[in-house]
Amino acid sequence: MNSENNAPLLQLKNVHVIYKTDAETVYAVNGIDIELDYGETLGLVGETGAGKTTTALSILRLLPDRIGKVTEGEILLKGTNLLELPENEMREDIRGKRISMIFQDPMTSLNPTMTVGEQIYEALHYHNSEDKSAEELQQRVDETLELVGIPARRKNEFPHQFSGGMKQRVVIAMALACQPELLLADEPTTALDVTIQAQVLAMMGELQRNLKTAMILITHDLGVVAQICDKVAVMYAGEIIEKGTVEDIFTEGDHHPYTVGLFGSIPDLEETGTRLHPINGLMPDPTNLPKGCKFSPRCPRCMEICKEKEPAVRLKGTHSIACHLFSDAEKEG
Amino acid sequence: MLKYVGKRFLALIPIALGIALIIFSIMELTPGDPARLILGPDATAEAVEQYREEKGLNDPFFTRFFNYVYNAVTKLDFGVSYRTQKPVYNEIFSRLPTSLKLAMVSMAFAVLIGIPLGVYSAMHQYSFLDQILRVVSMFFIAVPPFWYAMILMLIFALNLHWLPTSGSSKWSCFVLPMLTLGMPYGGKFLRITRSTMLEVIRQDYITTAKAKGVPQRVITRKHALKNALLPVITTVATSFGGLLGGAIITESVFNMNGLGSLIVLSIKLKDTPTVMAAVILLAIIFSLLMLIVDLVYAFIDPRIKAKYAKT
Amino acid sequence: MGKKDSTYEAYAKERRENRRKSRRDFFHRLAKNKGAVVGMVMIIILILVAIFADVIAPWDSVVKQNALIRLQAPSAEHWFGTDTYGRDVFARVIHGSRISLLIGVGSAAFCLIVGGFFGAATAYFGGRFDDIVMRFMDMVMAIPATLLALSIVAALGTNMVNLVLAISISYTPRFVRLVRSAVLPQVGMDYVEAAKAAGSGNLRIIFKDIIPNAIGPIIVETTQSLSNMILEASGLSYIGMGVQPPNPEWGAMLSEAREVMRTYPYLITIPGIFIIITALSFNLFGDGLRDAIDPRLKT
Repeated sequence: MNSENNAPLLQLKNVHVIYKTDAETVYAVNGIDIELDYGETLGLVGETGAGKTTTALSILRLLPDRIGKVTEGEILLKGTNLLELPENEMREDIRGKRISMIFQDPMTSLNPTMTVGEQIYEALHYHNSEDKSAEELQQRVDETLELVGIPARRKNEFPHQFSGGMKQRVVIAMALACQPELLLADEPTTALDVTIQAQVLAMMGELQRNLKTAMILITHDLGVVAQICDKVAVMYAGEIIEKGTVEDIFTEGDHHPYTVGLFGSIPDLEETGTRLHPINGLMPDPTNLPKGCKFSPRCPRCMEICKEKEPAVRLKGTHSIACHLFSDAEKEG
Repeated sequence: MLKYVGKRFLALIPIALGIALIIFSIMELTPGDPARLILGPDATAEAVEQYREEKGLNDPFFTRFFNYVYNAVTKLDFGVSYRTQKPVYNEIFSRLPTSLKLAMVSMAFAVLIGIPLGVYSAMHQYSFLDQILRVVSMFFIAVPPFWYAMILMLIFALNLHWLPTSGSSKWSCFVLPMLTLGMPYGGKFLRITRSTMLEVIRQDYITTAKAKGVPQRVITRKHALKNALLPVITTVATSFGGLLGGAIITESVFNMNGLGSLIVLSIKLKDTPTVMAAVILLAIIFSLLMLIVDLVYAFIDPRIKAKYAKT
Repeated sequence: MGKKDSTYEAYAKERRENRRKSRRDFFHRLAKNKGAVVGMVMIIILILVAIFADVIAPWDSVVKQNALIRLQAPSAEHWFGTDTYGRDVFARVIHGSRISLLIGVGSAAFCLIVGGFFGAATAYFGGRFDDIVMRFMDMVMAIPATLLALSIVAALGTNMVNLVLAISISYTPRFVRLVRSAVLPQVGMDYVEAAKAAGSGNLRIIFKDIIPNAIGPIIVETTQSLSNMILEASGLSYIGMGVQPPNPEWGAMLSEAREVMRTYPYLITIPGIFIIITALSFNLFGDGLRDAIDPRLKT
């Protein structure tokens, strides 16, 4: 799939998302920028509550109805601002067709009262722009199931008849049925057994390569990131505090103190299965964010300026860090 | 699957016996001598004693119970009414259709009103109509049906003359009783449908369906409702009991010729055989209805269906 | 007593602390729920009215018949008018609250004690005892509540005590089930094992720790059932199977007014409203309790 125009596949520009209830306003995403091209995989890393899921949901405009709002910024799919599209176009063209999303828990992502075949068929049926017949669509259902390693004859079974790993495969099949350009995967393997995790990930990687689907993989497992991601973005308190290619992030050198904390010690690209080392303290209250750098309360290298001013982003090639420690380095060249 | 259904029906038998035993025991406590009641106050002591011997009234409790059950099951002989001196069976079975009609129609009304409104309420949470529906359904649960019946009678029958106040001959006679009996349950079904729907639409698979680009209408129907309906059906099943009970009072209010009013009449006149037979019969019918709904539920929920398809 | 109980005491103490905290949160949530507060206020008013009924309206006016002033519409002298026998409706309604509350409280007490006992016992002891009791309960539950109550009243006679008994028996199986399901998860817990190992008697465990932890849903069910019990009682009295005249039970009053309701509608609207308010208050309060105990269940 080659881009016709020069715009990258996905661009998020200064996106801000809030959740507003009568009681309080939660500042979930506070100005992030993301760029992704065809076939690329971006690993979105961070602790729970950093805003990763919110980011994914806002791309598809699936934020909770009256509560979630994108207050600023643009989300561009090949140059078209998704935030300005009418709802029915989102539904017909984008969701499930050009952009798909899969969620963390396969146990609850599938409708227990519909067969897996029906659920995959549904995705095809509502995006049937080529007016294929029912038989053709059913064939496609079979194909998709086989692609994820499930025999097509099982399509009339119900979700509870499948194991966790197989359920997640069904979910993936459902997401890839219409061959989307972008897949949003929210911790797809977290709820699975370790052994199954590896299988499912490998399968996802392969499918992705074959279909040239771009992917945003939300995870807190650095091993997974090292395994299949091309780019990495580290999120904290609704901001991207460091981003770059997977080499940028995993190689020794300048890194945001938070990233350092996450890694424990920065691992080699060859090493896999690294767990996150918890950092002291908790993420700031999203209804009451601190002034200046949001990581300052927990940062072991916090300076006076960090508590006052928000750090500027230092860009070195593909590697960018939002930290006062490195903004000055820029001046030094 | 058929085996499972058969097993459930067979299981009804001990339940029916249990019900009969409980009612029979309760009726044992009634003061008074049945023989004396039938023969009248003028009969001699010897005649009474002779009658007792003949009818086995001096036999021990369980013997009498088993005889009763045996007669009932094999010969449909439920004894003789103290009031009419005729077999109880006749009157009961002639009145049964009216009660069943009333119960069915009221339940249908409650379901057809309660469930769709409950779905609407859930999908349009916090809307004006939702608030109203919530208040109204809460109100109807607290309203005593017989009072509400009288108000309805007052307005529609006595003042507007649209509907009759009593009898069970024409279909119009069933309208007010149906509203009386159905509204509280309509309210109840509205509330439970609303709360299960609200729970269901928070589930992950709903978000998944949205992410697939499925239209909202279809999501409400195929994904949400299908899953929400299951607990609602359970509530409907368990409501049958209350409905049958409420029917008794409704029949009294509207002077209908049903089993319920027969029971009340018989109690007032101390006609124990009729009371016993009618109550046992209604209770068994109730158990039967519950079983049917249970089976329907099992058929609909694929998880349960799969479990029993193998038995 | 000292050393032997130490593990048990430690566990028990921790649980009591947790309970104290959740109790504070609970009262906080309850106070915020408008419906619950309204319900509670109404219930308190009702109780006060019932207790001071004699002061508010002397029993005389309740039973004294006076054909001369019969069927008078509400006026300054008779706030709610007079009924078919010339009795003061206001006085009757006030005393009726006493009857309804007595029946409700009586039935609820019976259900709690008997149902609570069997529910806790079956959960705690399990085994054959559990099977037999639950089977029996299933059978009783297979008989619709009103029918069962009617049968009991039919056999024993129509007076207030029998009415309470009849209603209680109809509702008891529900309580047994509820208590049993509330107690069952507690039974397997560590602190119970610890207590047993320390030699605590079964009864002590049940009363001191299991029941306080399980009490939430039980209280909710009780308040909600109270509303139904009162409705049930008035329904039975309406058809003449409950409280007998001249007792001023609200349902019975409605029944008496039936003949004349067309021309004297106040005779049915007023007692009816009282029944509704009573049932509604208990319902609102019960709902509020349930929401306060587990906010996740809130709709």
